[in-house]
Amino acid sequence: KLFLIVIVDSLVHWADLEPVPQDDGPNPVVKIAYSEKFSDVYDYFRALLKKDERSDRAFALTAEAIELNAANYTVWHYRRVLLQALQKDLREEMRYITDIIEEQPKNYQVWHHRRMVVEWLNDPSEELEFIADILSQDAKNYHAWQHRQWVIQEYKLWDNELEFVEKLLEEDVRNNSVWNQRHFVISHTTGYSSPAILDREVQYCLNQIRKAPHNESAWNYLKGILQDRGMSSHPGLLEQVLELKETHCSPYLLAFLVDCYEDALENNNQKETLNRALEVCEYLAQEKDTIRKEYWLFLQRSLESRFGPSAASGEPLADGTEPPAGQQELS
Amino acid sequence: LPRPTLLREQHYQYLKKGLRHLSDSYECLDASRPWLCYWILHSLELLEEPIPAAVASDVCQFLARCQSPTGGFAGGPGQHAHLAPTYAAVNALCIIGTEEAYNVIDREKLLDFLWSVKQPDGSFVMHVGGEVDVRSAYCAASVASLTNILTPKLFEDTPSWILRCQNWEGGLGGVPGLEAHGGYTFCGTAALVILGKEHMLDLKALLRWVVSRQMRFEGGFQGRCNKLVDGCYSFWQAGLLPLLHRAFFKEGESQLSRQRWMFEQQALQEYILLCCQNPAGGLLDKPGKSRDFYHTCYCLSGLSIAQHFGNVDLHHELILGKEENRLAPTHPVYNICPEKVAQALQHFHQLPVPEADQRHGASTDMRAGVTAGIA
Repeated sequence: KLFLIVIVDSLVHWADLEPVPQDDGPNPVVKIAYSEKFSDVYDYFRALLKKDERSDRAFALTAEAIELNAANYTVWHYRRVLLQALQKDLREEMRYITDIIEEQPKNYQVWHHRRMVVEWLNDPSEELEFIADILSQDAKNYHAWQHRQWVIQEYKLWDNELEFVEKLLEEDVRNNSVWNQRHFVISHTTGYSSPAILDREVQYCLNQIRKAPHNESAWNYLKGILQDRGMSSHPGLLEQVLELKETHCSPYLLAFLVDCYEDALENNNQKETLNRALEVCEYLAQEKDTIRKEYWLFLQRSLESRFGPSAASGEPLADGTEPPAGQQELS
Repeated sequence: LPRPTLLREQHYQYLKKGLRHLSDSYECLDASRPWLCYWILHSLELLEEPIPAAVASDVCQFLARCQSPTGGFAGGPGQHAHLAPTYAAVNALCIIGTEEAYNVIDREKLLDFLWSVKQPDGSFVMHVGGEVDVRSAYCAASVASLTNILTPKLFEDTPSWILRCQNWEGGLGGVPGLEAHGGYTFCGTAALVILGKEHMLDLKALLRWVVSRQMRFEGGFQGRCNKLVDGCYSFWQAGLLPLLHRAFFKEGESQLSRQRWMFEQQALQEYILLCCQNPAGGLLDKPGKSRDFYHTCYCLSGLSIAQHFGNVDLHHELILGKEENRLAPTHPVYNICPEKVAQALQHFHQLPVPEADQRHGASTDMRAGVTAGIA
C-alpha cells in the first residue's frame, strides 16, 4: 500500500506523464467536490488512457482508481486490457477480485470482472465456495446469485446445488432467493414433469407451510410449479388446502384457493365453483387482503365476466358489449 | 394525524444545489453523472419547478462532453459509452426539450453504439466488454424510440430474450433464471411495451406478482418477495400498473377500473409522504436511511403515479393531503413528463432514420472498438 502511495505521489516516477484534468467545461453541472487524492489518481489515469499506455505503473494505478470508485467501468475495462497485454498472473487477479468483492459485494463491475477472470482461467473451482461465503454475509445478494447461476450452468456444476438450497432453506425458509434457486436447479435437472418429483415438491411446500403459514415464498412456489400443469390436476390438493384453511389460514392460502377455483372453472364451469371463487375474492378484498382490494375486485369482475351467467346467456356485459358467440351453456 | 405535506421548498433547494455542486460523498457516482442530471431534472419537472435557460444550456453542454466519439453517452467526460448513462442523458435532454438539447444527440453514432452492444441472442450488453441484463434492453429501446433510430432488425430476438426473464413467480429477473425483481421487471415490461410485444408476457401472472409486492402495513412496495419496503420501488413496482392497465386494455379486457390503478394509491402516497421525506429536503428508501438523488427521483415519480390515473383522454386524480402536494404526471414508460415525450417524438420523427453501419459488431473485451472486418 505504501509502495502504491509512493508511486502515485512521486513525481519522479510519473514525471514524464502530464496529468489530464477532467474536461467538465466552463460551467459544470453536477460537479463533484473530489478529494485531492481522487483528482490526482484520475488525472493520471486519464493521461494513461489517452496514451493507451500498457505498463505496470498503469496496472497499479487502476487498483487505486478502483478503490476510489469501484463503479468506474472504464477503469475496469482498461485493467482487463492490461491484464492481457502484460500477461499478468490471473491467479493473483482472482485473489485481488475476491478481496474487492468481499469489501463491495453490491457492485456490478466487480462481479463481471470476476466472471471474465474465471472464463480466462477456465477454472470455476473456487466459485461455489466463494459465493457461499458472500451469501453467508447477505443471503439475498442478487449479484451473488446471478454469478452462482452462471457458474453452475456454464460448468455444469448441478450435483450438489439442491443440497445447498435445502441447507439455506433450513436456515431461513423465508429466503425467496433460495426458493428461486430451488426452482432453477430442479427445472434444469430433473424437471417437474415426473409425478414423483412434482409430488415431492408439493409435499415439501405443504410441510414448510405447516411450519410457517405466513411465508409467501412457499405459497408462490407451490403455485409456480403447478400453474402450467393445472392446479386442480393434483389430486387431493384442494382438499388439503381447505383443511389448512382452518388452522393455518393466510391471505396466501386464500389466494391459492382462488387460483384453484379458477383453474377448475377453466376445465368445468360450475356455478358452485364460481360462487366460491367470487366469495373468496370478496373476503380478500374487504377483510383479509385489503391492500389489494382493487386487484381482488378486478379479479372478481373478471371471473364473473368469463364464467358467470351473463357470459353464457347472451346478455350484454357491464360495459354494454355483447359476449362472444359460441359460449358453452352452464350445466 | 395531520394531513401529510410534501416538503416542496426543501426538496427544491436540495435539487437546485445538487444540479450544480455535489459533496465528495458523490465520488461513488463519478461514473454516473448523466444519471445525476436526469434524477435532478426529472424531480424538478415533477415539482413543476422551471429550469432556468442558462442551467439548461449548461446541462446540454455537459452532456455533450459525456457523449462518446463512437456514440452513446458515458458516465462522465472521457469515459466509455454505457447504456445506463445513455438512457439518462437522452431523458435529461428530452426534459430540457430545447433545440440545443435535441441537437446534442448524435443519432447516427448512437445507432452505431446500440449495434455495438447488441448480442446474437437478442440481448444487449450494458457497454462494450460489459455485462448483460434486462436493463440494457430497456435503455436501448427507450433511447432508440425517443430519437427515432429504431429499426426492427435492431431489436430482432430481443422480445423473446426478455420473455425468458419472466419466471415462476410471474415477475422478471435480471437474466433468465433469476429471482423476480421490481427494477428488472419494470425494465423488461417497459421495453416490451415500447416494442409493442407486451402481450407476449403472461400478464395475469405478472399482475398478481406486482400487486403482491405492496406491503400491507407500510403501504410502500418491496423489490422482491419477503424483502423490505423501499421508497424507490414506488416507481419501479407501482409504475408497472399503468403499463399493465394499458396492456390489458389493448387485449380487450372489459373489467378494468376507470378510476383507479390496481394498487392502493392512498397507502403508497402515505408511505412516501410520511416515511420517505428528509425534513431538510430530498427523499429516501425508508426512515433511518440517508437522502440521495436516486431516491428523490423515484419516490417523487411513484408519488406522481399514485396521484394520477388515466391517459390523455381519461384523467382522475387522487391527491392525499393538500392540493399543493400535487405533482406533474409522469409517463410510465419513459419516466419523464408526457408532454416532453410527445415533444421529443414529434421532433425526432421529422428526421430520417439513420442508415446503420453494422460492421461494428458485438465486441469482446479484447477487440474493443476494432472494426470486425469490412464486408
